[in-house]
Amino acid sequence: MNAQRRYGLLAAVGVFLVVTLFPVYWAIVASFTPETRLFAAPSLLPTEIVRDHYYALFAERDFWTPIRNSLVVAGTTTLFCVTVGALCAYALARLRFRWKVPILGLILAVTMFPQISLVPPLYLLLRAFHLINTYPGLIFPYVTFAMPLTVWLLVGFFRQLPHELEEAAMVDGAGRLRMLWEIILPLAMPGVATTAILTFVYCWNEFLFAFTFTLGPERYTAPVAIALFRGQYQVSWGQVLAAAVIATAPVTLLILLFQQRIVQGLTAGAVKG
Amino acid sequence: MERQEARLAWLLVLPALTIIVVIALFPLLWALWESFHVHDLRMPWRGQPWIGLANYVEALTEARFWEAAGHTVLFTVASVTLELTLGLALALVLHRSYRGRGVVRAAALVPWAMPTVVAALVWRFLFESPLGVVNALATELGLMEQPFVWFIHATAAWVPLVLADVWKTTPFVALLLLAGLQNIDTTLYEAARIDGASPWRQFLHVTLPLLRPALLVALIFRTLDAVRVFDLVYVLTGGGPGTATEPLALYTFHVLFQRLRFGYGAALSVMIFLLTFAFALVYIRVLGKDLVRTSA
Repeated sequence: MNAQRRYGLLAAVGVFLVVTLFPVYWAIVASFTPETRLFAAPSLLPTEIVRDHYYALFAERDFWTPIRNSLVVAGTTTLFCVTVGALCAYALARLRFRWKVPILGLILAVTMFPQISLVPPLYLLLRAFHLINTYPGLIFPYVTFAMPLTVWLLVGFFRQLPHELEEAAMVDGAGRLRMLWEIILPLAMPGVATTAILTFVYCWNEFLFAFTFTLGPERYTAPVAIALFRGQYQVSWGQVLAAAVIATAPVTLLILLFQQRIVQGLTAGAVKG
Repeated sequence: MERQEARLAWLLVLPALTIIVVIALFPLLWALWESFHVHDLRMPWRGQPWIGLANYVEALTEARFWEAAGHTVLFTVASVTLELTLGLALALVLHRSYRGRGVVRAAALVPWAMPTVVAALVWRFLFESPLGVVNALATELGLMEQPFVWFIHATAAWVPLVLADVWKTTPFVALLLLAGLQNIDTTLYEAARIDGASPWRQFLHVTLPLLRPALLVALIFRTLDAVRVFDLVYVLTGGGPGTATEPLALYTFHVLFQRLRFGYGAALSVMIFLLTFAFALVYIRVLGKDLVRTSA
């Protein structure tokens, strides 16, 4: 490759990095900027750093509650879906039985359901059971998208394990369930962990269900609280962006820590099939 | 042995499968049932009388429905076209250049990992008028004479909307396509080169056909996401000014929770479902019959 082309590629990568990271950088800087200076003569480097917005968020607004709600809902959903989903995925990935392909097709189709199509029936259902504005009233709808997603991702991970594993264990006379428990599961642990992280992130970021099935700040999840700050409560931009940083940073760090596996897991289905 | 294995398989599959059927398929059928009825939460005494296809007829003869449908298609076509073109370009660049790939991958995951609500707020903040950073930069660079109020113009309000979506999802499309590129056997390029194929012809005759499955997956996922867009629009423009950027999902939400007309809202939601389904079918027909088979 000649020098000119190499510089061209580097320039393209540079442009990508700037365009991708600038909005994030700008939001973080703004969350540390005094409100009065937020829209006055923006300069690319921060001139004055204050922690007022973060302080106000917890002292005046009780941003802990939405964070806690998000943790409870996303955590429970993830735990439930990964446990039940792992059994299902193991069978779909490694056992022989009829109807395997149609079931996989169904699960893939359900991952593509538009959420809004489920809103009217789920709302009526939750209302009938007095579950609006409760934790189960959020976890239950979340399972609609989390379960198919979990199963789909886990099938991908389970498939990557070599088939000789089971043959060897079979010779030793191990039953299928023991095989799953003692051989497959430990080996598939990285994949299971990655799936759990992804499921958690999807639940953590979800907006439409949380917005529809909660009624007040005591049950809002973090995205709902942040989205409503501006509209209903006229909260200042500085605080809104501080809240955005708090809700985003942990999840992003988690994703970045496991980036290699996450990218692999998400792209595996698309490439090799 | 075989039968035993099959029995165990069903035992393991059933819990998850039952849950999926009960909580996803059953509500979908319920929505369908609702859509053939009048169901007004403000007037419970009216009950839920059957009205056949009247809700659908009402939608198809309503201007706001058609506008929302138009906005949905516009948003889908604009954002998906940009995302796939830019994503492919970026994937090709990354495939060529080894330097910086790790950094780029990390950077690409940041917008993707972010809640859509947060991305929408960040872009609202960038375009905020009159003194948001976009306006400030554009006036500084002499692109505009004075700050522009993006969110009160029916056309201009689309710019931050589409840009935010492109910003959030293009990097991930690129990662998906990059994985596809890395799977292509390099000897094919050598063979093409020996045959005297120009880089452009190599791209057309080797890269594109072999990248088709990855392209198809990216296209389907991006399109389905765009057709049901809700969070981004709700937070970034609220569907405004007026209803100038209101997509179908937002209008449906309005019908359900502002007008409390559940029968009509269900009909709209069924139509969004059908639209998504139609898109998926067309893609699979046109681009790859092998998708489900290879991924199953």
